[in-house]
Amino acid sequence: MRVREDFPILQRRVHGKPLVYLDNAATTQKPQTVIDRIVRYYREENANIHRGVHALSVEATDAYDAARERVRRFLNAAEAREIVFVRGATEAINLVAATHGRAHIQRGDEVLISEMEHHSNIVPWQMLCEERGARLRIVPITDTGELRLDEYERLLGPRTRMVAITHVSNALGTVNPVTAIVQMAHQRGAVVLIDGAQAVAHMPVDVRAIGCDFYVFSGHKIFGPTGIGVLYGRAALLEAMPPYQGGGDMIRSVTFEHTSYNDIPHKFEAGTPNIAGVVGLDEAIEYVTAIGLPRVAVYERELLAYGTDALSDIPGLRLTGTATQKAAILSFVIDDIHPHDIGTILDQDGVAIRAGHHCCQPLMARLGVPATARASLAVYNTREEIDSLVTSLRAARAVFA
Amino acid sequence: MSAELQELYQEVILDHNRRPRNFRVLEGGRTAEGFNPLCGDHLIVYLKVDGGVIVDVSFQGSGCAISKASASLMTESVKGKNVGDVARLFERFQQMITAPPDAPVEQLGKLQALAGVRQFPIRVKCASLAWHTLRAALDVRNEVVSTE
Repeated sequence: MRVREDFPILQRRVHGKPLVYLDNAATTQKPQTVIDRIVRYYREENANIHRGVHALSVEATDAYDAARERVRRFLNAAEAREIVFVRGATEAINLVAATHGRAHIQRGDEVLISEMEHHSNIVPWQMLCEERGARLRIVPITDTGELRLDEYERLLGPRTRMVAITHVSNALGTVNPVTAIVQMAHQRGAVVLIDGAQAVAHMPVDVRAIGCDFYVFSGHKIFGPTGIGVLYGRAALLEAMPPYQGGGDMIRSVTFEHTSYNDIPHKFEAGTPNIAGVVGLDEAIEYVTAIGLPRVAVYERELLAYGTDALSDIPGLRLTGTATQKAAILSFVIDDIHPHDIGTILDQDGVAIRAGHHCCQPLMARLGVPATARASLAVYNTREEIDSLVTSLRAARAVFA
Repeated sequence: MSAELQELYQEVILDHNRRPRNFRVLEGGRTAEGFNPLCGDHLIVYLKVDGGVIVDVSFQGSGCAISKASASLMTESVKGKNVGDVARLFERFQQMITAPPDAPVEQLGKLQALAGVRQFPIRVKCASLAWHTLRAALDVRNEVVSTE
């Protein structure tokens, strides 16, 4: 796919070698169009939104609202007011836990998450359960890294109020059957949040087809800027939720005796938002939509198959996460070489991977490893880059032989 | 392989990683636990002090080659030393691994094998984890030491 030239950073060298960027699950690189868009906003359009009557404020407001509409189309949400701009997936989950969660979860209720969740989809629920005297229950996974649907069904009980599951595992690459997960939860009357942080840049997402109540993602993992993310929530749920933070823009009227709140989504967007982030995200979504996510998915599937074969040829290497439905994430361990040492050796060759627990300490405990090395791919990666990864891994093995 | 990598992963380090010395539980002494949340390195230092002298020291745990080799080399170099000398040794060790890459390497005996770490600032925490944990054991602080 001819997209590499769109990303200026991919031209740079690291330690004198061409950069091979394989840490896309941590964050993706930004195309020139996104960088230009943010610069243009600050050079030509900067003003606060929903405030002034002057031309710049109107332009900034229009751009902000247009971005919301683009995100709606991108997720196929029913209405633009179901899209709330937040700092990222983490804030979106915290928002839902702190508002919907506090309002609906009582002593003895249960929140269901899975063993493969990122800390951001564990800790907010843990905090909520501690506060409310509720119980956090965990859906186990198989040794290949797939969700145990039989166990999920068993754990879904009369006290299950909330289910929060990742769409794609950041540490394993597993793609979860979210439509089935949602259906089963809804049959029991539970509300479902899907963490889409690792999905949106790699496959088409349709929140109405999935049927979920909440869907969250971060802009920086889909070629957009950091500090901006999206919470999708069904309008009826968002309307029933108490506000998250108080401040400007989230109010309708304020007196010292009483404040009435603004309509959704503004009720959840207190204070001047990250306008540059929003227009940058808008451009990023336009970029990835123009390539076409179905094409991206096909390309990454081929790249994953190539990478899986190439890594499997390395003696002593074991892939962690071999689900049948997998995104382009290659998580692995090598006998007698700690992932951190692998990371340092690869970095000297310009190959950027992640080494560690991937913010999934309970998952690492389940897999019985302290950490893994992880190459996570994106649409701009190539087979040649996988070859560089393999060459560098063989060199690492030689050091520790 | 680059010269920096060759210095970092020199034979002494690889050897102590493969066959860590004093890698065992020591019953009946002081202990402290060290944890590096960045990479998941985790170790326990066991210590016996008599009359201000470290009479025995050992460790257990899991971690990268640098943290394991550093812990192993540390146990060898502090055994038999008095507590005050160990504190000064830790200071000099810390200076060595955080020095600018081109600074001359101090004479620190076998601990010099870890001088290559100064080329890799991100790995300083790996090399110093065992030492921080040892200090906690000496202070008899019953807490988990974190390098973060």
